[in-house]
Amino acid sequence: MNFTDIQFDNKGRLRHFLTIEDIPRDTLIQILDTAESFISFGQREIRKAPLLRGKTVVNLFFEPSTRTRTTFEIAAKRLSADVINLDAKRMSTIKGETLLDTVSTIEAMKTDMFVVRDAASGSAFLIAQHVSPEVRIINAGDGRHAHPTQAMLDMFTIRQYKKEFADLSVAIVGDILHSRVARSQIHALKILGVKDIRVVGPKTLIPTAIEKLGASSYHRLETGIENVDVVMMLRLQLERMEGQLIPSEQEYFHLYGLTEEKLKLAKDDVIVMHPGPMNRGLEIASSVADGEHSVILAQVTNGIAIRMSVMATIMGGSR
Amino acid sequence: MSDHPKIAIKSGRLVDPKNQIDAATDLFIAESNIIAIGEMPDGFDPDITIDASEKIVCPGLVDLRARMREPGLEKKATIKSETLAAVKGGITTIICPPDTKPVIDTPAMAQMLQQRAWQTGRTFIHPLGALTQGLKGEKLTDMWALANSGCVGMSNALSPITNSLVMRRAMQYASTFDIPVFLHSQDPWLTGNGVVHEGFVSTELGLPSVPEAAETVGVARDLALIETTGATAHLCQLSSGRAISMLAEAQDKGVKVTADVTAHHLHLSEHDVGLFNTLCHVQPPLRGKQDRRALRDALKNGVITAICSDHQPHGNDAKLLPFSESEPGISGLETLLSLTLKLVEENELSLTQAIGLITAGPADIAGIDAGHLSVNARADVCIFDPVQEWVVTSDSLVSRGKNTPFMNQRFKNKVTATIIGGEIVYTA
Repeated sequence: MNFTDIQFDNKGRLRHFLTIEDIPRDTLIQILDTAESFISFGQREIRKAPLLRGKTVVNLFFEPSTRTRTTFEIAAKRLSADVINLDAKRMSTIKGETLLDTVSTIEAMKTDMFVVRDAASGSAFLIAQHVSPEVRIINAGDGRHAHPTQAMLDMFTIRQYKKEFADLSVAIVGDILHSRVARSQIHALKILGVKDIRVVGPKTLIPTAIEKLGASSYHRLETGIENVDVVMMLRLQLERMEGQLIPSEQEYFHLYGLTEEKLKLAKDDVIVMHPGPMNRGLEIASSVADGEHSVILAQVTNGIAIRMSVMATIMGGSR
Repeated sequence: MSDHPKIAIKSGRLVDPKNQIDAATDLFIAESNIIAIGEMPDGFDPDITIDASEKIVCPGLVDLRARMREPGLEKKATIKSETLAAVKGGITTIICPPDTKPVIDTPAMAQMLQQRAWQTGRTFIHPLGALTQGLKGEKLTDMWALANSGCVGMSNALSPITNSLVMRRAMQYASTFDIPVFLHSQDPWLTGNGVVHEGFVSTELGLPSVPEAAETVGVARDLALIETTGATAHLCQLSSGRAISMLAEAQDKGVKVTADVTAHHLHLSEHDVGLFNTLCHVQPPLRGKQDRRALRDALKNGVITAICSDHQPHGNDAKLLPFSESEPGISGLETLLSLTLKLVEENELSLTQAIGLITAGPADIAGIDAGHLSVNARADVCIFDPVQEWVVTSDSLVSRGKNTPFMNQRFKNKVTATIIGGEIVYTA
């Protein structure tokens, strides 16, 4: 079995959105194009389309999140779906209700789509394997594995500013090891044709086999972002210091914090992205986050259109 | 094992690696022992005659590591359920690690386990005693008393002994009484909460990883202590090529150390984890293809002398969880023979080599009189059909644990009869 078997139905239509991996380029482009048509929605007086009318979408978040959950909720409501938010705590032992028990309980209430976030890699995949065939799953982040809608909104944002993917140089900076965002970004960039994908960070934060995913690793920010078109910063979880992955905030910012000074090494028209929430002064200087190259707020806006597009695409497959 | 019929096993291909026999011949059993090979003794009148033509007759298998889950986890499996699975797999002797609940760290526990095995089980079961009390890595157990209560060795099971001084003392003390120590050598800090090999799959799936160094660092320390204490030691379930090289080097120097490998590590690699397949969640993790190559080579050149099932039966719920939360282990009793002999089909081993690795090899490591077909030896025999195929399914598995990544696979070498102590305990 591969991701294609589970993500696509037997007619080749996308039915779950769990990972970017193994999704053909055309499908990704189609998601971006559909999102384009939804982008004007935000400006309209009546911001609703009837595509998901009568459908029930459950935001099942086992990990706290404000922005991702909110954008999914807005996206579903703009498509006229009924939305239920469940911020669930999960027992990882057999004593408590298991993940699949929780899901099947809610599924029994005749829901159509789950948007799932969980701290364990593979959770969304596990759920997708066990729900009934008409139920759709969107992965809103599973452990360190994947966060495909984030990657798609990043691709959408890149396309807004850069048009063609093929000739771009893109640097992803920070804690690659623990980042589901970075893994999904690498898959998306690769499928869309970007040849120069770089990951930048100390060896403690770069997974051992990253080259096999199609990225080249850099350990100095200065060389890593040299002449790149896009810099994608990652959030550094502060608890990483306890695991001795980095020695201190000061040293990290000194070496890997994105400052105006260092950004000059990139192309003149470089764009700077961040999935949020940011640690200002740790991975990114405020002057860069709020500066002329930053497209961070555009990412948030685009997040709604992308999630509408993904929801419409996978629900469309059921009709 | 009550009545002892006279049994004649006729026309089989008898393969007994310990006695270097590979010949078409007959085997005669009476009073629970093998009484003759080849010529039928004068006046022998068999109660039962087994036609073993087209079949292979070999010593009953000795499994160096299998968990019965009893006592403590009877909801998963019991001695009764798992020994039934064992005999279906041709296994007649099982060595159990001490990590039952409670831990086998007193003579009373060791005796209780053997008594239960005697009452409800179908196979011989030899426990290992705990090296330290409660497997906590702090205080030594009464090893001499444990050994005198039937424990064939002492083990730390999967609980690392982090204090190297305690480990050194444990080895010194055990070697005083020639008690072998069975070690799972792992550095717990490097293992951390890892669930897969650190490599491609951990990178791709974003799963917490166990670097190869978790094993090599543990093995390096333990080899240094084995060499200097003179302990007789056995390294359990090596998984990496580098650890094998270190072991081979120590053996060349004359250090008394042996090792085993699990059947699944010989056939699977990290890539079989695929898309979060929790059935491939094992400890130590499945490693790279070059490691699997090194493990197979170590069998060929005799660095590793036993293949074990590392049987760990689970209920379905233990595997229906996100990968990192699922419980490690494979239900392996019934696939041990077929997986081992698959290495013959794949031209890795000769038939004699392969059978030796699941009979005389593990018996020698455990220091027990089993795993051979000598005249006057206890009649523990496995008869299998090298051609007949069988498919692993939930129904075909007798074990309560259906947790195997080999589910739905087709194998050759189906066991047709198992004899323990002269009694037929299983026929297909």
